[in-house]
Amino acid sequence: MGIAVEVNDLYKLYRAVRAVDGVSFTVEEGEIFGMVGPNGAGKTTTIECVEGLRRPDRGTVRVLGLDPQRDGYELRRRIGVQLQEASLPPRLKVWEALDLFSSFYPHRVDGKALLEQLGLADKRNAAFEKLSAGQKQRLFIALALINDPELVFLDELTTGLDPQARRAMWDLVRGIRERGKTVFLTTHFMEEAERLCDRVAIIDHGKIVALDTPENLIRSLGAEQRVVFTVDGQWDDTPLRGMPGVTRVEHIGERTVVYGRGEGLVGGVVGALERMGVRFRDLRTEQPTMEDVFLALTGRVLRE
Amino acid sequence: MRGFWKLLLVQAKLYLREPVATFFTVIYPPLMLLLFGAIYGNKPTPFFGGRGTMDVTVPAYIGLIIVTVGLIGLPIGAAAARESGVLRRFRATPLHPLAYILSDIASYLSMTVIGVLMLILTGAIVFHIRFEGSVASVLVGFLLGTTGFFALGYLIAGLAPTARAAQTVGMVLAFPMMFLSGATIPLEVLPAKVQVISPYIPLTYVVSLIKGLWFGDPWSQHWTEIAVLVGCLLVGGAIAARTFRWE
Ligand SMILES: Nc1ncnc2c1ncn2[C@@H]1O[C@H](COP(=O)(O)OP(=O)(O)OP(=O)(O)O)[C@@H](O)[C@H]1O
Ligand SMILES: [Mg+2]
Repeated sequence: MGIAVEVNDLYKLYRAVRAVDGVSFTVEEGEIFGMVGPNGAGKTTTIECVEGLRRPDRGTVRVLGLDPQRDGYELRRRIGVQLQEASLPPRLKVWEALDLFSSFYPHRVDGKALLEQLGLADKRNAAFEKLSAGQKQRLFIALALINDPELVFLDELTTGLDPQARRAMWDLVRGIRERGKTVFLTTHFMEEAERLCDRVAIIDHGKIVALDTPENLIRSLGAEQRVVFTVDGQWDDTPLRGMPGVTRVEHIGERTVVYGRGEGLVGGVVGALERMGVRFRDLRTEQPTMEDVFLALTGRVLRE
Repeated sequence: MRGFWKLLLVQAKLYLREPVATFFTVIYPPLMLLLFGAIYGNKPTPFFGGRGTMDVTVPAYIGLIIVTVGLIGLPIGAAAARESGVLRRFRATPLHPLAYILSDIASYLSMTVIGVLMLILTGAIVFHIRFEGSVASVLVGFLLGTTGFFALGYLIAGLAPTARAAQTVGMVLAFPMMFLSGATIPLEVLPAKVQVISPYIPLTYVVSLIKGLWFGDPWSQHWTEIAVLVGCLLVGGAIAARTFRWE
């Protein structure tokens, strides 16, 4: 696999603010690479430096083998860009936007099929100003795909979308990867990073604090699984505490939380409860998620 | 120049979708002509050197259309495209900045031409206005006035921090110009005290150049106009280019 994006020691300052503070990473061809972090972490600044829309103060950027500052026109033919903040003329119609943007590229795909795919087919004749926020977002994603790009940049692709549209968008992005393209996206939804990305860079205060596959990030944390259930009345939890793999047991009112590691944790807990004759209900397990990874790395909760 | 024609077409369509802009460019000047024609008619009068009121009004109104598009429509449009983030989005495509700016200019030029054609047609059909010059000369004079004023329009857009500011500045400059340049009211009927302001108004030179060429003046009689309008084009264009920004 080749390398689609290579960033080395990138810096970008805005007066006193170190928006990007020494960032290095590579994006491999054919992967979905995600950059996740809280508001103001430097995601947009980084991605726009890579796209060639902002000039880094220091560091090198190579995209598809090109220098985004020097070979901007050549590069922009081959990439698709969805900006976090952009607009279109208020009275421009959806089909006109696609028609116009496709005229900028030598190579393009069928705009009608794109609209169909993004659920905008019935909005073909709607003016941009009359679209809802989610529809605008989907139109911008259509525009990012109109030239059948090798590499797609999506800055906050599902912000403003409802859960159903968000899931549809994930499927769409996976489809892009299946066609052999590369995706570089940013998000502040940990779930999105976990479910969608092959590799994730966690960025905070302009620095990458972790970069790996979501599974590895979660595993490296050594975070515990949780088994949660409810028992009516009094019972003795000593046998549970003694079980292999269990690290601690907590009670919150009638609810019990068993923390532990290992494959057999749930089976072990259920078996022990049955042997003790304890009647439990509402049992569920909670896996550690990227939220926990972020919390562990930054000491903060990333709010959705 | 990929994208130029499509963008030109889209920009022209968008202009025509703005009812106010379309009204003042295409409908208002012929309407005014009909109104004043109904009042004054087009009888030759010694006051206008043997020409009728409509004969001299039509070439003067061309200046009215130029200032409306150049100092009101254009600065608002250009500043709004920047402010709203439309330009940012274009910048992320391989569209060449030159293709963008040329199609922008061409779209405003097309609107001006449509407005002028409507005006001339109305004058010709309803009032049988006289034309004593050469079409080529008038066309060149028109283009000189238009490009000079477009340069001023881009200058306003470049210097104005917001679209609203561009609109305010454009209107504050355009409205006095319309009335003190001879574009709406012939200079001859303005009081002498007001006439002293006219030489300081760029639109005066557009009106006198087009009017002069319309009635067959040689170019050599209009060096001042040419100098002023070329000056507007060069100075306005240079400052506009320096103050241009994508966002
Ligand atoms: N054009 C600019 N001028 C001044 N400061 C800027 C500019 N762009 C970004 N910044 C600052 O740089 C920092 C990083 O901003 P950036 O937009 O890259 O963050 P982000 O991770 O994309 O945040 P969000 O999740 O809110 O989109 C912020 O502190 C921001 O205020
Ligand atoms: Mg951002």
